[in-house]
Amino acid sequence: MLSESVVWLTIFVLSVFVGIEVISKVSSTLHTPLMSGANAIHGIILLGAIIVTGTTDNTVAVTVGLVAIVLASVNMVGGFVVTDRMLQMFVRKRPAKPADSDQGSTKGGAA
Amino acid sequence: MPVWIQLVFLACGVCFILALKGLSGPKTARNGNLLGAGAAVVACIVPFFWTDLHLHHVPLILAAILVGTVGGVYGARTVQMTQMPQMVALFNGVGGGAAALVALLELNSVIDAGGHDSWFNLAATAFTIVVGSVSFAGSLITFAKLQDLMTSRPVVFPGLPVIFGGALVGAVVLAVLLVNDPRMWVGIVLGLLGLLIGVLLVLPVGGADVPIVISMLNAFTGLTVAAGGYVLSNVLLLIAGTLVGASGTFLTLLMAGAMGRSVANILFGALKGGSTLGSGEASDRPVKSVTPEDAAIMLAYADRVIIVPGYGLAVAQAQHTLRELVDVLSARGIEVDYAIHPVAGRMPGHMNVLLAEAQVPYEQLREMDDINGDFKDTDVALVVGANDVVNPAARTTPSAPIYGMPILNADAARQVIFMKRSMRPGFAGIENELLFDQRTSLLFGDAKDSMSKLLNAVKAL
Repeated sequence: MLSESVVWLTIFVLSVFVGIEVISKVSSTLHTPLMSGANAIHGIILLGAIIVTGTTDNTVAVTVGLVAIVLASVNMVGGFVVTDRMLQMFVRKRPAKPADSDQGSTKGGAA
Repeated sequence: MPVWIQLVFLACGVCFILALKGLSGPKTARNGNLLGAGAAVVACIVPFFWTDLHLHHVPLILAAILVGTVGGVYGARTVQMTQMPQMVALFNGVGGGAAALVALLELNSVIDAGGHDSWFNLAATAFTIVVGSVSFAGSLITFAKLQDLMTSRPVVFPGLPVIFGGALVGAVVLAVLLVNDPRMWVGIVLGLLGLLIGVLLVLPVGGADVPIVISMLNAFTGLTVAAGGYVLSNVLLLIAGTLVGASGTFLTLLMAGAMGRSVANILFGALKGGSTLGSGEASDRPVKSVTPEDAAIMLAYADRVIIVPGYGLAVAQAQHTLRELVDVLSARGIEVDYAIHPVAGRMPGHMNVLLAEAQVPYEQLREMDDINGDFKDTDVALVVGANDVVNPAARTTPSAPIYGMPILNADAARQVIFMKRSMRPGFAGIENELLFDQRTSLLFGDAKDSMSKLLNAVKAL
């Protein structure tokens, strides 16, 4: 029988390897969006902030919790939006040969 | 918490893994990011279906989320691409602050419940409070440095290492105290010490090293979220935080490697002596300055031109004029490429973002390793608003802050045209020998202004 702490430790260790593995071959072209995207993901602390705020009745605690919720949602929402803004430009069309036509803009675009 | 909610969290964790994986390639990046965003939204909705959540708090919580969302979207939409690094720093900082507050609240509920908890739980709480505060304060300092609210040069004062060391020891002592006897004041002092440590950690970091520290603080916030997940028994926070902590650490090492530096040297180099303090002053040695007309002749009668774009180009918003110039040169049969240094701009990969914004065709963008051999067969290297990435001091001067950083071999070209606003040194704060080279011509002025004069002069030939 696995003890609870060992289960947590297992998830932690495996996540470390997954985290390193998934970004191990990223090119420097994408370092800025990747950092920003990872930044948005840790904004999930919002979930923790919602739960601690929603389960307490202490007025001071609720106030502090609401501050945490505001901060965490700035982190999460802002992070995803700004990353998307950057990435939008990377998937743009490859400019057409002589003239700038907007047709055929769906394919290509890899840096 | 009901099993179905926990299963939703697990699914969201998997989505985060896929999101991060998507972000590592240009084709899948945008979908990856959207998947992550979707998972985050779902994860934050499900707790509202949980009966333990006090209903009378729900409107307040929703209002707080709305405030944060409006603020986040506003910031993300209005920020200019040139200011991206400080925006990332700011978002990271508020996330770290949120994690520290959540841990303080959890400490509060432990104390309310009689103060009994496992030592490991309390240690994780202390960790989250301290490191979250470090990330918050450190990120605000990096923001201030990049936004020019304070000097971007290293700030060191006598006694800094002693105070820093003292704060670290104090944090460890208080963390031990907290584990033995959980009290609110200890938690609050821990948070304050974390803020102090964050400020002192980032102050001595200057110039081009700041973005590396942003990446490191990003990893720190990830780890605090993971520790927070352990404290709150929330597997999604554990997975997401660990993912970001691990990948962020890896990314930090990768970036430091691209600059030829160790992370320890970036963080503590300035403390060891004046070596990373650049002069920051302009020299009065003679340089050869040219008019746009002369520069136009050099370009128009070349066979091969390589353009080295830098942050100065993007700040002046001259990318579009540059692209026009390249079109005119190409039409004259001149072979033109852009040479992109991996750390050009304010952050690794930042230049690619900036040029992508100006819709410069990808096939003309060539990475450093790919193009460096071509400079010796190049008639003119046109350096626009870049400085450190072509500074031969990276090869020749061991005391220079950028020593060891791979650079673009612009100095191998037959002629170099430098478009610069003034003789002031670049981001790293050191002088560039290349400016004083016989083959180098300087075209002084605002990049946008000079670029349009250059364009008109080439057209007139």
